[in-house]
Amino acid sequence: MEKWQGWRKIHYESELDPEFASEIASIPGGDQLLSCIQCGTCSGMCPLTPYMDHTPRQIIAMIRAGLRGEVLSSYTTWLCASCYSCTVECPKEIKLTDIMYAAKRLAIRGKVYPKRFPIPVLAREFFDSVENTGRSNEGRVLLKLYLKTNPFNLLRHAALGIKLMLRGRFSLKKEQVNSRDDLHRILKSLEKERMIKGKDDLRGVTEVVR
Amino acid sequence: MSYIYYPGCSLKGTGRAYEESLLAVLKALEVDIRELDDWNCCGATSYMSVSELKAFALCARNFALAEQQAKETGMTDLIVPCAACYLGLNKAKRYLDQYPDTRRKIDEALATANLAYRNHIRIRHPLDVLVNDIGTERITAAVKCSLEGLKVACYYGCQIIRPYAEFDDQENPTTMNQIVWALGAKTVDWPLKTRCCGGSLTGTVQDVGQRLSYILLREATLRGADVIITACPLCQFNLECYQSDMSRRFKTSIDIPVLYFTQLIGIALGVSSRQLAMQRLFVPFDAKAKLDQVAGGQHVTS
Repeated sequence: MEKWQGWRKIHYESELDPEFASEIASIPGGDQLLSCIQCGTCSGMCPLTPYMDHTPRQIIAMIRAGLRGEVLSSYTTWLCASCYSCTVECPKEIKLTDIMYAAKRLAIRGKVYPKRFPIPVLAREFFDSVENTGRSNEGRVLLKLYLKTNPFNLLRHAALGIKLMLRGRFSLKKEQVNSRDDLHRILKSLEKERMIKGKDDLRGVTEVVR
Repeated sequence: MSYIYYPGCSLKGTGRAYEESLLAVLKALEVDIRELDDWNCCGATSYMSVSELKAFALCARNFALAEQQAKETGMTDLIVPCAACYLGLNKAKRYLDQYPDTRRKIDEALATANLAYRNHIRIRHPLDVLVNDIGTERITAAVKCSLEGLKVACYYGCQIIRPYAEFDDQENPTTMNQIVWALGAKTVDWPLKTRCCGGSLTGTVQDVGQRLSYILLREATLRGADVIITACPLCQFNLECYQSDMSRRFKTSIDIPVLYFTQLIGIALGVSSRQLAMQRLFVPFDAKAKLDQVAGGQHVTS
């Protein structure tokens, strides 16, 4: 027989994070996570399952088992495009999309998302644009995304950018709200508030898997 | 009946044609709307990935501003055309209603800017307003150029009906179809009408994102659609602007016009193509030529 290829990483129980599940479950309505029956409806409904490294059903099982590092550094949560197909079909009414968001937030907070992966970079750039101006400046956000991930994409998408510009659909002009001071005050007052409760968000994450 | 209009960022950028055609159509139907003063971004999907509470605060500021602007004691209807904004605002409203802890934090945050949200907001999608407030009879009565013979694929996408189906059936939505029928056109049976187009993945992980959009376009073409209509700026962008990319990538020629549903209504109501921003499309749609073709040269405007 050829050399065996089917190895999986061994997870020792003593390395698991028993609090990970309750942390994710602390988001509004998140405690439904604990009632998952592992039926797989979510994975069946999800249009992105074929492209994920772990299916949505597996992610739920992994969260409950306490595999913090693997969940937070997986592609799965980032590939979730928020179509809510899983959420509406889940027989236990688990808000899977919200759970994916919670995992994204923990991954961003701990900087454990896959390196140079464009989706979290887009989220950050979008966030910064809105935080500063109150508006999402599509053109500027995309420009920064490509500069920070793969500058060659700028060249690849130049033709698209020009076509959009000619049709008045793309601009680098900065759009912003008038009462920015008010907006900043509102956002700043929430700076220390966190929806996910947990003393140390990064405990258990020892390495960035990718 | 009057409404406050929340455009959202995309309708001032890549989705400008949606705003322009919506305003033109509402004007033709004599619906009175005013844009929300100094509105801010709803947070969309990306903001949720960084801070959920702040995303709710962004929405709540819009609610407070809308209540101020309306200056009425009753409910205020906020028209929200973009699917991401529609869901974002709807979700924030529901979470503020359901979770007192979240509500308290957001109320305190708003108070720092002397703002308050008093639960007097209703979030309305233009499809909802057109079918349930204006009614398809009034739309039919306003038709100047029937779209008879045209085969339309109605694309609802995700966030108008999921997770909250406020005004339409979640599994099989029909409001857009009803409008198309009211204009005299046919709709093609297209089960992918609520399947995800890939959202922002078309820009970030193109291999995956474009594949999702491609499946939708190919299926609509195979089912004989002349045109696809959408109600979301990101769906419209994904389905239209990457067609030449997709043709290369998937070695099939993809060439099908993708309009905002408001543009199609406008054509039937006799609004000029300039006012409907047809010049902003990548895949041109010559309504007159197409209608002549499908009617075998017999098409007449009344």
